[in-house]
Amino acid sequence: MLLGEEDHFNEEGEFVINIGPQHPSTHGVLRLKVWLDGETIKKVEPHLGYIHRSIEKMSESFSYRQFGYITSRMDYLSAHMNNQACALVVEKALQVEVPARAQVIRIILCELSRLSSHLLWFASAGLDLGGVTPFFYAFREREAINSIMEETCGARLTQNFMVPGGIITDLQPDFQKRIKEVLKQFKDNYHEYNEILIGNVIFQNRMKDVGVLTREDAIALGCTGPVARASGLSCDIRKHYPYDGYEKIQFDEVILTGGDSWARCEVRMAEMLQSVHIIEQLIDNIPEGDIVAKTKNVIKLPKGEFYQRVETARGELGVYIVSDGGSTPYRCKYRSPNFSNLMAIPHISKGHKIGDLIAIMATIDLIIPDIDR
Amino acid sequence: MCEIHKLKMTNEELKNSFAQIFPAVTFDETGEFLTAFIPSEALLPVMKELRSKKELYFDYLFCLTCVDWKDHLMMVYFLNSKTHNHTIVVKAKITDTINPKIESVYDIWKTAELNEDEIFDLFGVNFLNHPNLRRIFLEDDWVGYPLRKNYVDEHMIEL
Repeated sequence: MLLGEEDHFNEEGEFVINIGPQHPSTHGVLRLKVWLDGETIKKVEPHLGYIHRSIEKMSESFSYRQFGYITSRMDYLSAHMNNQACALVVEKALQVEVPARAQVIRIILCELSRLSSHLLWFASAGLDLGGVTPFFYAFREREAINSIMEETCGARLTQNFMVPGGIITDLQPDFQKRIKEVLKQFKDNYHEYNEILIGNVIFQNRMKDVGVLTREDAIALGCTGPVARASGLSCDIRKHYPYDGYEKIQFDEVILTGGDSWARCEVRMAEMLQSVHIIEQLIDNIPEGDIVAKTKNVIKLPKGEFYQRVETARGELGVYIVSDGGSTPYRCKYRSPNFSNLMAIPHISKGHKIGDLIAIMATIDLIIPDIDR
Repeated sequence: MCEIHKLKMTNEELKNSFAQIFPAVTFDETGEFLTAFIPSEALLPVMKELRSKKELYFDYLFCLTCVDWKDHLMMVYFLNSKTHNHTIVVKAKITDTINPKIESVYDIWKTAELNEDEIFDLFGVNFLNHPNLRRIFLEDDWVGYPLRKNYVDEHMIEL
């Protein structure tokens, strides 16, 4: 906890402190200004902008082939989904048909990133609450997924694989074999994860009834993703507004009604299995054919406005493009899931102890570069 | 699910319902969503009706942004009803670009708080009755509003 110039008792006898911007449990450069009465939280105010790069402004000078690349630096754990959103909005505007092979590969890679992102959440949630061992467990599979990504896309973290019209290059020969190995390893180890962290009584007691978000508040605050689904709100974009062939795939939208941190944990644990289930349906059925649809070298979108949303590992990402008919966006807005989910923290942490704030932050699972953009 | 879809309004019904709230509204149906244009002064009462009217019930503000069209600023509100599952885009035109101001919708949708902070920070739109209007990304003494088209940044490298 950093002590800054604002640290003092105010007139009401509340102690004001800063958590972050360099605090391990904020998972990035987020600063929370917290008003405390003893150990009880009175008020939380997030302060942002430590990693603001003005991606929306930069996008205005990028062409429609370039502007997607920078989005993998927003939510770096959902890089594929961010790229996909940008590719989809251009495809929607140009009315391009994406080849079936590209669609299937896109879904496999997206679900693989979702699995790897939830694994990282599992690792860091344990770490935040003092359980160090799960970190090493989860990084076994994450490492294997990262090396598949490296072989396929040329990058371990900030992948840029999806381009307008399809994907950038074809798969490596042993792509399917390696993914099957990872999935088998994950399924064999899944019960261990449940036992070591999720089944742990200390972990459960820190999570249960902490930070309860009601369904109404989740809607009003604009929460999406696992955070909202743990509050009983059906908001999976893959189900409600299917894209890239998600409508042909069988999977369940995991919805729980608890609304507390524990429910958010359970949703993510169940979603990992759903991602595995989706990949298993597709991995042996990748159709042959083209990987990218033909588009002009210089893409110009017709005059108008286009909105495309995808489900990232953290919720609903929306890309809003205003085009004036030129080769660069006139205005590009990213409705990022973390930006809306962030507001849940001040709302649900009121009245809890400061230790619970760490548990709440762990289960909201924020990625700060996606908030700041 | 079928009960939800039964209540979903078509664009035609949405238009009729909207015109009852605010007769001077104009519509645009060329895009993906039905778009309604209203003057910025009328924003708050119209939004309150959209949120509270039973058959509309737009309880989910899923995207809030602003577009600079040089001679005016356009506020864009993407609304969805989680109950009825219909979507509408409301656009409010701010003609005063020197001193732009509009009512805050924080009282209706809590998610507006940070989104309006962001628009204040990057577009300079003043939100009236906002609980805590501040520059969230840039420093407090930053000069200018970067997403405005007339913003000049001498450090920017043109690609």
